[in-house]
Amino acid sequence: MTERSQRVEWLRRMLEIRLFEEKVQELFMEGLIHGTTHLCQGQEAVSVGAISALRDDDYLTITYRGHGHALMRGIPMEACFAELMGRSTGCCKGVGGSMHFTDVKRGLLGAFAIVGAGLPVALGAAYSAKLQGSDQVAVTFFGDGATNIGTFHEALNIASAWKVGVVFIIENNLYGEYTPLRETTPVDDLAVRATAHGIPGVIVDGQDIDAVHAAVAEAVERGRAGEGPSLLEMKTYRFRGHSRTDPAKYRPEGELERWQERDPIVLLGQNLAAGGALSLDDQETLRREIQEQVDAQAERAKAAPFPTIEEIRSYVYAA
Amino acid sequence: MSTQLEPASEARDVEIVEMTYREAVNAALVDEMTADPTVYLLGEDVANDGGVFKTNAGLPEQFPGRVKNTPICENTFIGMAIGMSVTGLRPVVEIMFSDFLPTAGDAVIEELPKFRFMTGGQCTLPVTVRSIGGATGRFGTQHSATGESWFMAFPGLIVASAGTPAGAYSVLRAAIRHGDPVLFFEHKGLYGRRGPVVRSDEAIAEIGRAAVVRQGSDVTILATLLMVDRALQAAEQLSADGVEAEVVDLRFMRPLDLDTVRTSVNKTGRLVIAEEQVHAGGWGATILSQLWLNGVTLAAPPRVVGLPDDLLMPYSPPLEDELVPSPAAIAAAVKEFG
Repeated sequence: MTERSQRVEWLRRMLEIRLFEEKVQELFMEGLIHGTTHLCQGQEAVSVGAISALRDDDYLTITYRGHGHALMRGIPMEACFAELMGRSTGCCKGVGGSMHFTDVKRGLLGAFAIVGAGLPVALGAAYSAKLQGSDQVAVTFFGDGATNIGTFHEALNIASAWKVGVVFIIENNLYGEYTPLRETTPVDDLAVRATAHGIPGVIVDGQDIDAVHAAVAEAVERGRAGEGPSLLEMKTYRFRGHSRTDPAKYRPEGELERWQERDPIVLLGQNLAAGGALSLDDQETLRREIQEQVDAQAERAKAAPFPTIEEIRSYVYAA
Repeated sequence: MSTQLEPASEARDVEIVEMTYREAVNAALVDEMTADPTVYLLGEDVANDGGVFKTNAGLPEQFPGRVKNTPICENTFIGMAIGMSVTGLRPVVEIMFSDFLPTAGDAVIEELPKFRFMTGGQCTLPVTVRSIGGATGRFGTQHSATGESWFMAFPGLIVASAGTPAGAYSVLRAAIRHGDPVLFFEHKGLYGRRGPVVRSDEAIAEIGRAAVVRQGSDVTILATLLMVDRALQAAEQLSADGVEAEVVDLRFMRPLDLDTVRTSVNKTGRLVIAEEQVHAGGWGATILSQLWLNGVTLAAPPRVVGLPDDLLMPYSPPLEDELVPSPAAIAAAVKEFG
């Protein structure tokens, strides 16, 4: 893919995620999606920029704020909508729901609803690759809040000590659930925590997809070469609250607006228009096309049946 | 449903070897690591001089690169084992003291049992967690729990144990080759105990099946881990007095083998539960509940010999000896039936 077509593709993928998330909100209000959702509008450059730096046989673990990563890794949108609606055609047969978009065949090994739980699993997958003589790497995405839980330090420690190819990606959106990072954490730049484990810690503008992609590609190379893990801190922001019921009233006035000026989709779109790669009119056409696809896939998902108790029994034990 | 005897008493073309419980654990590890090159052992000090309890003697030399010392972080290295298991390996994790397992609460309760389910059955997790527990070693309050019943309420897990060398060999081999996560509880007070072991593939245990380790017609003693050994000693004392006890090693806390227990108590009419744990919330209480729910009637109310409900395990040796049920205490419970 040429550099230009890759960046147009990034725009398409970010738009898909954005419009998917907005559709999720809408379907929630219609009573078709239940429980809770943790949407990622504003953070799309991280999932798209990072995952496009991976090979198909690399491993990933993600979190409950993982719709974007799952779509980017290739889970069909219809299967994602069906999962959210609890249907048997969902990517996890309707038993997982919003927080567990998983596709083991695509290397997306798990999506975790427990903060910090995905890091050891990614570490194990990368260690497994190392033991089996493969240069596959694992990327694990997690929030700023996870850097205060034990598994973060434990996983960085082992990955560094054994030179395991893991790329640890913090999506620092400034809030751990409803609480600002500054209230719970003594440093603003979480990348400094890499120092304690003797690995590179890199601060990245998480709204700039070129920067995200370049930083992840470098960390992936380091992992493949057997040089060990890296910690990347993506400075980003979620435009919505923590979860569906959170109106995010704790945000200081003007903060959301300042970050919306750095909307990753707008930034890349302006750049593509200015460079003559894709005009703003063409971008509008692209958005409309994607919107139609999103609507159509949501409709198809609605038609699918719910799973039965008999069907899900076999998911408990394999043997 | 037939009950499993050990060792096989019928004439069989298999060699029966006398070995310790420790050697039986070692033999199971050697045989599974030999049979399957994807089996790895990891945990704290597992590769140092045979491991803390010497169960891993010779393994690092025999299987270079497959026995790995970890840092002290149970939650993370069990989580790692999950990542290894979904990418083609079959990890065995050693937990040096069962009292350390709660630090891995997320990995053991939230991840191991739920991982496959939440993905709609996309993967299997062939992970074995060997957890070493139990009192009598003068290890004090935080190094003496058996932990055997802590995780029995979680669908998605297999919870296993062994009370004899033969059981240690058979159940551990079955655990390692099983396709779902298994917590296998060992007892450090048993490592030096000797017994006959059938060392062959034929001896691999059936998951979820209890073992009748001594036959008798007068009373059933249902036990796990060290209590199996002590129940067998109690049975010898009782036999001298003309009472023949049947001793059942429950082996599996999840799934519970109600059939074997029912068959035994239908024969004997009397049941003693011998457990190295408080009765509340454990397998003993659950077995009694299941018997009751299934309409099994006994000739006399069952008896329970276990740890006191209002104390914790002390260090002081005479007190530890007093608290952990002895063969005499188990025999006394049987004699209460009159």
